[in-house]
Amino acid sequence: MSAITVADERVARVGVLKRLLLKPELGALLGAVLVFAFFAALSEVFRSASGIANWLDPASTLGIMAVAVALLMIGGHFDLSAGVQTGTAAITSGLLTTYYGVNTWAALLISLAVVLAIGFVNGYLVVRTGLPSFIITLGTFLMLQGLNLGVTKLVTNTVQINNFNQIIGYDVLHAIFASEIAIAGARFQIAILWWIAATILGSWLLLRTRFGNWIFAVGGDANAGRNVGVPVARTTISLFMITSFAAWFVGTTQITRLTSIQAQAGFGQELIYIVAAVIGGCLLTGGFGSAIGASVGALIFGMTSQGIVYAGWDADWFKFFLGAMLLLAVLANQYLRRFAELSRR
Amino acid sequence: MTDAPLLEIKDVTKTFGSVISLNGISTTVRAGQVTCVLGDNGAGKSTLIKILSGVHQPDGGELLLDGRPVKLGSPRQALDAGIATVYQDLAMVPLMAIWRNFFLGSEPTKGWGPLRRFDRSRAIETTRRELADMGIDIRDPDQPVGTLSGGERQSVAIARAVHFGARLLILDEPTSALGVKQAGVVLRYIARARDRGLAVVLVTHNPHHAYPVGDRFLLLNRGRSLGDFAKGELSLPELTRMMAGGAELDQLAHELERGTGAVEREEAAS
Ligand SMILES: Nc1ncnc2c1ncn2[C@@H]1O[C@H](COP(=O)(O)OP(=O)(O)OP(=O)(O)O)[C@@H](O)[C@H]1O
Ligand SMILES: [Mg+2]
Repeated sequence: MSAITVADERVARVGVLKRLLLKPELGALLGAVLVFAFFAALSEVFRSASGIANWLDPASTLGIMAVAVALLMIGGHFDLSAGVQTGTAAITSGLLTTYYGVNTWAALLISLAVVLAIGFVNGYLVVRTGLPSFIITLGTFLMLQGLNLGVTKLVTNTVQINNFNQIIGYDVLHAIFASEIAIAGARFQIAILWWIAATILGSWLLLRTRFGNWIFAVGGDANAGRNVGVPVARTTISLFMITSFAAWFVGTTQITRLTSIQAQAGFGQELIYIVAAVIGGCLLTGGFGSAIGASVGALIFGMTSQGIVYAGWDADWFKFFLGAMLLLAVLANQYLRRFAELSRR
Repeated sequence: MTDAPLLEIKDVTKTFGSVISLNGISTTVRAGQVTCVLGDNGAGKSTLIKILSGVHQPDGGELLLDGRPVKLGSPRQALDAGIATVYQDLAMVPLMAIWRNFFLGSEPTKGWGPLRRFDRSRAIETTRRELADMGIDIRDPDQPVGTLSGGERQSVAIARAVHFGARLLILDEPTSALGVKQAGVVLRYIARARDRGLAVVLVTHNPHHAYPVGDRFLLLNRGRSLGDFAKGELSLPELTRMMAGGAELDQLAHELERGTGAVEREEAAS
């Protein structure tokens, strides 16, 4: 593209390095390399094929959610109910199949419809009231938390739904959501593939489609977007529904893999998704970030959570590391961006 | 040039809560003509512009487009009717690249079905060309708009409206952040759009900018119309005088004179 333009003497100041520094995911990529090097040096298992399969596993389901949550955050919103929605999806599918004998595929479609409806309500309330999504989704988060537990107890008299592997068509579900692929003697979860697919799809949406342009606009300055014809309400509601879809996918993965689901499944995960997205360079104020960054954030999470175990440390240290990483990432991103933007003037 | 007006504004009223922002405003906008809207701060100029561009809906009165009543329920509907606007706040997203802002809301696409995507190379090319046409050579279309200077930002917003304004181009104080040379470029741009047969609505504080390009002048004061004049009915000094409120201007000149006199006296005393 640059071949057509006349050279401008001012262009020289914007070098390749600064261009790179403006990429939201750069800080996270550097961080991931450092974290990998650190644990790989400490533990041989960490860098073995089975070790890699082990830390890619928690990264994968988290990564799928983080990509969706990153899109939502770039669009200027939070979804505190994202974690608990994974539980809602799994519990709905589980109860419908194992307790009410509903056809497996119908049950999955119903649970998808349920969480998409929750996403729609989240988005609709945010758009209509103009209240911060933080408050709206805090409300749905608490409601769903109560519902998940209440309904599960009411139907099963326990806080767990079992025997998901006895439903008709479980083998097909297992192949899609929970099968393993052997590479170099290690068993890799298929969720890793879905995670990569989600990252590519998320990036493509964000950077290559009109919808992606609208996401940046809605998060950057919704009013400006509205004035030039961006469908702000539709974009916002879609983002909440995309997050809900991801929650359904991850919830279904979980119940298929474990063959059972706890009524509290997903509680507290919502913050981890946000942490991954922020480590990946998403601005809390919206309008800036990337899907790849969020994926790398999830990767850092996976490496750290397993690396601490391989290094032989107490797992309690994990939260400390995660918090430190979050702070570091935020500071680094802030610094890099300021540096890059100042030097552009 | 046909004589039938492109857009007729009839007795338009708009209130925000207890504030009457516009009260019974009427004027006509014709293809190939520039209608200037002039008035003090808070006179209601931006409110009128936002009604024409679909951001606000009038509480009373009506808009006739090609002689037929229209409801511009959203900026999208106005854009689809060929009305493009340069807002006073420019309506650009600071963190987004120039080319992304340029096509925001009207992105060109290529591909089909689920593979339909933003035609980035076309967007970047067009942005570069349109800005070069305006005499702005941007260093890098990928630069976030927030890092542009105020004047550059204004130029991008104007180039965008000129590109998308198929029938009616509305500019709300487009020259306020511009240097003398750039302001001249914008005025020439407006004249060129007019000569191409577009209708133009220009909001400005500056009678020296308005008078040379304007064909009609709508003067607003505190939400009311002070008059709607054709160019032949008004000279530049008259226009300037009316804008400043006539007698008020004389009073002001008097005050300023006395003011400097007082300062001089104080300086002499000390
Ligand atoms: N959204 C709104 N809500 C409440 N009041 C408003 C709103 N928009 C405008 N007003 C009021 O309407 C009046 C006219 O405002 P407007 O922005 O149209 O003035 P203006 O002529 O464009 O002024 P300026 O020259 O400063 O741009 C002002 O008193 C303003 O406070
Ligand atoms: Mg104004």
